[in-house]
Amino acid sequence: MAAVQSRSHSALNRAAIAVVLAVTIIYLIPIYWITSTAFKPRSAATTVPPTILFKPELTSFVKLFTKRVQVLGEVDPEVYSKAPWYEKKLYDEGERIIKDADGNLELSAYPSRFLNSLIIAVSSTFLAVAMGTLTAYGFSRFRMPGEQDWLFFILSTRMLPPVVVAIPMFLMYRVVGLVDTHVGLIMLYTAFNLSFSVWLMKGFVDEIPKEYEEAALVDGYTRMEAFFKIVLPQAATGIAATAVFCFITAWNEYAFALMMTNRRAQTAPPFIPAQLGSGVTDWTAIAAGTFLFLLPVAIFTFLLRKHLLRGVTFGAIRK
Amino acid sequence: MLSTLDPGSPAARRGLSDISIRNLFIIPTIAFLIVFNIFPLIYSLGYSFTDFRASSNAPANFVGLQNYRDLLNDEHVWNNFSVTAKYVLVSVGGQVLLGFGVAMLLNRKIPFKGFITTLLLLPMMMSMAIVGLFWQLLYSPSWGIIDYALGLEDFAWLSNPDVALYAVAITDIWMWSPFVMLLCLAGLSAIPQHLYEAAAIDRASRWYTFTRITLPLVSPLLLIAIIFRTMEAFKTFDLAFIMSNLDSTELIAIKLYRLAFQQWQTGPSCALAYMVLIMVLAITNIYVKYLNRVKGR
Repeated sequence: MAAVQSRSHSALNRAAIAVVLAVTIIYLIPIYWITSTAFKPRSAATTVPPTILFKPELTSFVKLFTKRVQVLGEVDPEVYSKAPWYEKKLYDEGERIIKDADGNLELSAYPSRFLNSLIIAVSSTFLAVAMGTLTAYGFSRFRMPGEQDWLFFILSTRMLPPVVVAIPMFLMYRVVGLVDTHVGLIMLYTAFNLSFSVWLMKGFVDEIPKEYEEAALVDGYTRMEAFFKIVLPQAATGIAATAVFCFITAWNEYAFALMMTNRRAQTAPPFIPAQLGSGVTDWTAIAAGTFLFLLPVAIFTFLLRKHLLRGVTFGAIRK
Repeated sequence: MLSTLDPGSPAARRGLSDISIRNLFIIPTIAFLIVFNIFPLIYSLGYSFTDFRASSNAPANFVGLQNYRDLLNDEHVWNNFSVTAKYVLVSVGGQVLLGFGVAMLLNRKIPFKGFITTLLLLPMMMSMAIVGLFWQLLYSPSWGIIDYALGLEDFAWLSNPDVALYAVAITDIWMWSPFVMLLCLAGLSAIPQHLYEAAAIDRASRWYTFTRITLPLVSPLLLIAIIFRTMEAFKTFDLAFIMSNLDSTELIAIKLYRLAFQQWQTGPSCALAYMVLIMVLAITNIYVKYLNRVKGR
């Protein structure tokens, strides 16, 4: 009887595993599709039926980073034979890269938007995690009147819809000249991530036994020394996980960036989709931009995998 | 800083006092959040009673509750709210079914389980705007792979007013089902195995075991997932804004954006923002209550 049951049980198990694998594969098709489009030749990107097998190439990345114009007529064979591989690829598609008087290639707007994203995400992450860690320690170790209410207030700021905050922020930024500046966006993202950072770090700090610091205090450390020399090293993993979450949030943010920037400080999320409307849509170049933008997020997700549950529940669930 | 303390006090001997460290650590954060969140909201509450337009130099006139009255009598705004409700229902419903289902399947010994789980979690870590963008590639009529896979030749998902909202919701389901799955999986793996063994000894049916053991023990975490996703779906802006610009996909957050940043009706937009804000705060309150209930389990 038991044998029969376990056999049917293991058959069920195998069926479940098969379904899981099928679901996983179907789930990953969209990600595979955007990635593969980034490596397709333009002629294979939008075919009917969709092209599944193709020879991968990097032309789309060349297009992503450079400014190009159409070439009218035939390319001089001598120029063509001397051109580096990436220029040849573009000549093949009837385009050439715009160069300045010294022969330097002109870059497209993508690298500058990518750099803006990086600067803004890193700076705001640093500020949010630094302030968040201190505040989390304060709430974790000391009593404060109305503690729960303050913590609720802090969390509720995270829940505000960006558009609701953006309307008055835009008016205020316009007065002080912070519209379309890096500083303006960094401060907004810091505020946005701060509440998350406080809640997540509080969970991590709560787990560090108080006895460590108390022993240090007995040994003659001041509270500050105990915090910097005992608590911070113990919280390093938590700080790293919190930083990665904050970075991803700032990196991905769209609404504030759309409303608060338009050129100088514009980040990649509002920039990349805007390429769809401008001129003839070249999906391979858009896919290349998307691929590069998603790459850091994918890497970080793997690094973070043990802390994802904690992160998405603001530190409430700790396993 | 130390020198400002009374040299005779014990606090001075041991550095800053606990109270001053607490204040030093907490007050800057609270001050920062007040400047960047509460102050703007007070500012916009003021504007919500005026006819101010940020695009003109005309001074704001006080109009009392006129903006609120106009919005509540505006059929379009009611339509935005009903579109939003439909979107929340479809996308959260889909996420719960799919997320819970996959969690049930994953809750067993599976080779490379950690790796598979992480792969499934990738979509929710991505930017909504970018996901919206590349789903346009998948949805595109004629050469998109969705039409190809389903054998629909020229079905325009995102420009068809009857299905566009559902198409956006499907993308949202793709993105966020893993979130529900993650929480359900945490709940499922915490159920003590001996409960199932006891049920097996009692020859309880699968259905009975599911409804009396599995469901009640997972429900606190499932509820958190549902409330959180409801709140996020209610606020959705990026995804629908990028994917489609039909009336039938104009969620309340998109309406708010258009009112404020395209039509520059600053006064009315502040009033609408307040109406949305009150609803979001109500859901947040419920969310935090449940979060505290399961905390530290």
